Amino acid sequence: MAVAEASASAKGQGMRVALFITCFNDTLFPDTGRAVVRLLERLGHEVEFPLDQTCCGQMHFNTGYQLEAIPLARRFVRTFAGYDAIVSPSGSCAAMVRDYYGRLGEIAAEEEGDTALAEQVAQVAPRVFELSELLVGQLGVEDVGAYYPHRVTYHPTCHSLRLLKVGEAPLKLLRAVRGIDLVELPEAEECCGFGGTFAVKNADTSMAMLSDKLRHVLDTRAEVCTAGDNSCLMHIGGALSRQRSGVRTVHLAEILAATEDDARA
Amino acid sequence: MSGPSPSFPESARVALADTQLRRNMGYATQTIRAKRALVVDELPDWEELREAGRAIKERVLRHLDEHLEALEQSVTRAGGQVHWARDADEANRIIAGIVSGHGATEIAKVKSITSDEIKLNEALAARGIEAIETDLAELIIQLDGDESSHFLVPAIHRNRAEIREIFLEHLDVDELSDDPRELAEAARLHLREKFLSARVGVSGANFAIAETGSVLVVESEGNGRMCTTLPPVLISLMGIEKVLPTFQDLEVFLQLLPRSSTGERMNPYTSVWTGTSEGDGPQEFHLVLLDNGRTSVLRDEIGRQTLNCIRCSACLNVCPVYSRTGGHAYNSVYPGPIGAILTPQLVGIHAAESLPYASTLCGACYEVCPVKINIPEVLVHLRGKVVRHKQAEHSGWRARLDPEAAAMAAMARVFSSRARYERAQRLARLGQAPLARRGPISHLPGGLMSGWTAMRDLKALPQRTFREWWVERDGSRADA
Repeated sequence: MAVAEASASAKGQGMRVALFITCFNDTLFPDTGRAVVRLLERLGHEVEFPLDQTCCGQMHFNTGYQLEAIPLARRFVRTFAGYDAIVSPSGSCAAMVRDYYGRLGEIAAEEEGDTALAEQVAQVAPRVFELSELLVGQLGVEDVGAYYPHRVTYHPTCHSLRLLKVGEAPLKLLRAVRGIDLVELPEAEECCGFGGTFAVKNADTSMAMLSDKLRHVLDTRAEVCTAGDNSCLMHIGGALSRQRSGVRTVHLAEILAATEDDARA
Repeated sequence: MSGPSPSFPESARVALADTQLRRNMGYATQTIRAKRALVVDELPDWEELREAGRAIKERVLRHLDEHLEALEQSVTRAGGQVHWARDADEANRIIAGIVSGHGATEIAKVKSITSDEIKLNEALAARGIEAIETDLAELIIQLDGDESSHFLVPAIHRNRAEIREIFLEHLDVDELSDDPRELAEAARLHLREKFLSARVGVSGANFAIAETGSVLVVESEGNGRMCTTLPPVLISLMGIEKVLPTFQDLEVFLQLLPRSSTGERMNPYTSVWTGTSEGDGPQEFHLVLLDNGRTSVLRDEIGRQTLNCIRCSACLNVCPVYSRTGGHAYNSVYPGPIGAILTPQLVGIHAAESLPYASTLCGACYEVCPVKINIPEVLVHLRGKVVRHKQAEHSGWRARLDPEAAAMAAMARVFSSRARYERAQRLARLGQAPLARRGPISHLPGGLMSGWTAMRDLKALPQRTFREWWVERDGSRADA
């Protein structure tokens, strides 16, 4: 219910949104976080950044360290308890909270007799949105007033696509960007081969998958490859950089935050 | 499947370097993928069918004991004999006993993955009985002394030119092109004699119906039907999870299976038999019900959905890992995403602990699964078991020596406090200084992360974290 009310109020006036930056973006990609803040404030919303947030526990959970992820889930629900909408510029971290915290709640109940976590998760998890979901699905906006005069191709990351099911939302936002030359990525829905610890545990297979993704990106002759997740982009971009390919990776938020003024500056 | 086999990363490394294999796998999986998508998209009620398939399987598994006893009664009533096999050895003994009892020294086999699971051919060979594979792809594999790499198309890793070579070497032919029709004709001539001479046929079972005692085999070539109708004795081996309550349930599964596996609207050869009938087909029928670890899979609330599997292989064809490494890298008769969750559960997590990690958790498998097995969910669940197994085995100082466990424990501690987390961010920035003096990091020394920099640059840490920017901005806003 809280979500519906939040989106209803958003139509009339600005909404109060908590930013779940993710530890990865906080540490490695601060520009993405700044872009989210700039974009939402430009659209008239108020952004808050609860400083107690650290990591959602996705890496621990997905690698098999589920018990170690439980305290991180507890920390997350405590930190974000008071917000109607929580936005994250990461499809996989948003999916971790929304799709898998329920399972962590079950494990906490089974292993530690803690039933409170499951209840808190049920309250908080449905209010977590990936950026494009928040913009298109909750705030009802597609044209965010961005200007980005570059040739861009979009890679739909697996967790945005198959866990969150963001569908066309990122493409709707990109199509409305002025100056953009958006080109379709062949075999777009195929995984890039990142997979968190997969990239180091199965480095050879990861590289084989990445090679194909790079080939498709280069085939588009785009200068920018974008996505809703910097982890996949770091994987793709790391190889584009190594190959001196002349293509860079840029998070969706940074494209949507860009304006004519930036272009002139 | 017993004894230590190489880990998935080790085998994958070898497979990925085989350019012919890469080409064959890429071509074949893309082709089947496209065919499946076409025939699935044309069904408006596909999602409802999937849900029905899942629901039927879940209900069957909940009352598996009752359905199996009902099946035994129905088969017996129809003139068949039912045998219960706790494990592979017991199943092999039962089957070999029946064959030897008839004084037979060869059997004609319908393609059956379950028979590969129990290594039936080897067990029979040890008792002087030759098993002749009659499925075209299985024949190719058998002639070449190779192993299957796919449920449905066991020789998916081979192309026409390679198959021609195998036939020229092992079949009684002098001239042969790589035209598919000529290849099939050579196999046909070879197999016809076998069908007529074999006195015992052996099959698997796609489904068995508790209500009627009927057993089904679904295939594309008609060779299976030869095996189930020509020899006077028929033995069918099935995993206990293959039972369905009623004939009506086939309505769902005979729509789901062909579209998911071969990308066909309807299956070409669907053989159904119920016990024996005088003067028609085999006069003796044996059904061997195999557990071999399945009841222990059933005990696991999250893992048990694995037993929904109808062996369609749709998950293999869409898997970005399988379609590059092929099936042999899994070192298991069940390859691909389903193999990565089924094998560790059947043989024990310690015997296949690299398999749950042979996935990026991209979810493509779950999306196409006709019985909605949430493969990523089970993979993560099994990874949890791998970690706990390791933690139990290496307690104390040995656990601290495992670099992954140590890193995970350290990070869990860092993330448990804001102060520690912020300190770690600052320390990391200092620590990278020698590596990132000029732009991105292109080489990391040894250890866990060296795989990353083999192909990718690593982004250097920026001068300021997001939170440092935020705090500064908040401060300046408060001052203003």
